[in-house]
Amino acid sequence: MLLTIGMLGILSLIFGLLLGYTSVRFKVEGNPIIEQINSHLPQMQCGKCSYIGCHPYAEAIANNEVAINQCLPGGESTMLALARFLDREPIPLEAPEEVVPTKLLAIIDETACIGCTKCIQACPVDAILGAPKWMHTVIAQECTGCELCVIVCPVDCIKMAPVPATLSRWKWPHPSQI
Amino acid sequence: MRLWQFHGGIHLTGHKDLSNHTGIIPAKLPKFLILPLLQHIGEPTEPIVRVGDKVLKGQIIAHCFGSDCSLMISAPIHASSSGTVVAIDARPVPHPSALSAPGIVIETDGEDRWTELTAIPDYTRLPAAQVREHIAQAGIVGLGGAGFPSHVKLRSKDIDTLIINGAECEPYITCDDRLMREYPQEIIEGAEILKHTLGGAQHCIIAVEDNKPEAYQALVAAAQGRVEVIKIPTLYPTGGERQLIQILTNKEVGRFQIPASIGIVVHNIETTRAVYRAVTAGRPLISRVVTVTGTGVEKPQNFEVLLGTPMREVIDQCGRKPNLETLIMGGGMMGLALPSDDLPIIKTTNCLIVGQVGELPPPPPPLPCIRCGACAQVCPINLLPQQLYWYCAAKEFKKAQAHSLFECIDCGCCAYVCPSHLDLVGYYRYAKAEIRAAAAERKAADQARQRHEFRLMRLVREKQEKAARHQKSKSNPDLTTF
Repeated sequence: MLLTIGMLGILSLIFGLLLGYTSVRFKVEGNPIIEQINSHLPQMQCGKCSYIGCHPYAEAIANNEVAINQCLPGGESTMLALARFLDREPIPLEAPEEVVPTKLLAIIDETACIGCTKCIQACPVDAILGAPKWMHTVIAQECTGCELCVIVCPVDCIKMAPVPATLSRWKWPHPSQI
Repeated sequence: MRLWQFHGGIHLTGHKDLSNHTGIIPAKLPKFLILPLLQHIGEPTEPIVRVGDKVLKGQIIAHCFGSDCSLMISAPIHASSSGTVVAIDARPVPHPSALSAPGIVIETDGEDRWTELTAIPDYTRLPAAQVREHIAQAGIVGLGGAGFPSHVKLRSKDIDTLIINGAECEPYITCDDRLMREYPQEIIEGAEILKHTLGGAQHCIIAVEDNKPEAYQALVAAAQGRVEVIKIPTLYPTGGERQLIQILTNKEVGRFQIPASIGIVVHNIETTRAVYRAVTAGRPLISRVVTVTGTGVEKPQNFEVLLGTPMREVIDQCGRKPNLETLIMGGGMMGLALPSDDLPIIKTTNCLIVGQVGELPPPPPPLPCIRCGACAQVCPINLLPQQLYWYCAAKEFKKAQAHSLFECIDCGCCAYVCPSHLDLVGYYRYAKAEIRAAAAERKAADQARQRHEFRLMRLVREKQEKAARHQKSKSNPDLTTF
């Protein structure tokens, strides 16, 4: 009897120390789920989910504060990926007409630009180049198409245009569509 | 020599005697030549001429970035005839998408005047690297249809076997057959040059399918024991690079490997001849042999066509029949249907199949897969086509990838034998394109995330610096009140 209690006591002491050590040695900073959710989001930082970027939205999903159907640019595929990853029920998007999002690109009408730098400050990925009172332009390959620059422009010189089709971006269609 | 077998494969009606009875004839010089900047796999070239420039036949008009091809997967483009550059803009290219891509348009002057060519009189005295550079400057790419720049393949080290692929297993195509019959000497010499460029590969094998006995005889007579000419059984897709290696050596090229990693390099017949011409005559790749065949033309024929010649003009020279409906670039199995014949012939155009209305009726409507397994029996890679089909149709791309979707060579054997007429290759192409696009999107999103995080970091840093400056000026009032 005493022997058993003694042995179990020693064992639990050893395991307790081991657990205590590992919890300090292998401590994980932050919530790893947030980063994994973030990796499923399209990183446009457009704020259409009502959060200021993809990472805050990922945090809110991880804390169960918001539904997984708020990301419009990601569309149905992002929602389904999140549902699968988090083992939640898929929910239809709020704007069903945008199920297949087309990728857009901001284009500055350079003759109309007054060089106010408002769009540069609004761009979440630093894809607009320019200086005060100098013409601005968009670095096309870095633009995520978030449209945040369009509303801040005081002279309305930024337009969103679909990304032109090229051979390298062309995809074979589904056989049922041929 | 002992031969081996690959799994599966199918016996097809060749349709080769439509076009293989008459010799190769040069096609007429067209009024306009349209030369797309990307005619190969890899990086596109950059134009080095301007609109209005006069160019001579064989002159480089578009070069690899920085004019140095030796470390890039790219090959320069040459003017196919003399004339004036009249436009550099986007033109429709031979591609199933019917999209346009940048190209150079030359209005020919009819003189067909050559630029000065530099030949290598005795290549055996030159180091391999120099011969390779010469081949790169000649713009030579794989002419079997894939268009991989040849000098890149010649860069491989420790090669013991060079295989010249004369299988030509696809139905309808006869350009290599005619070349082997008419220019066996050039092909054998070309093989010797390739051997030298590879640092003296020990073996050199030319493999010819046994449905081309004349070509085989011609090569044997020309070879005189210098290279091994081997007759292999006719079976589709023997001409696939990995399938041919398996037949000749019983070696399998691993999933993520290239043939060079097991000491083998494979080149096409016409590529070999282009190498011969580039080295001994200095002649760059400005023309190629194209088979124009099918029931839509009066007289099917092989032509030596200047690159950039519109397909329409070559078809006209064969006697165009009325009511043409289909145009396929490539062979009967893997060829791609083109939307129009107003497209240029490029380095990878080996065959044009022209069909009349009703010749190729649309396939019967697909029926459900009955899991008969006929596709798995013919798959040359030993994949499970029906399983892949289910995964691709259900968009289960991860599972399709786990079942080696990217090993598939799109040969079409599975779809050919499918009793339910399923467009199996269409599903695989679709799935592969979706997977590649998703990977590219993921990469772009990652980049955007990094830029966004950096921006946030920068904003915080700027704020801190501002606060620090503010603090400093507060504690040091003399500085602010001077």
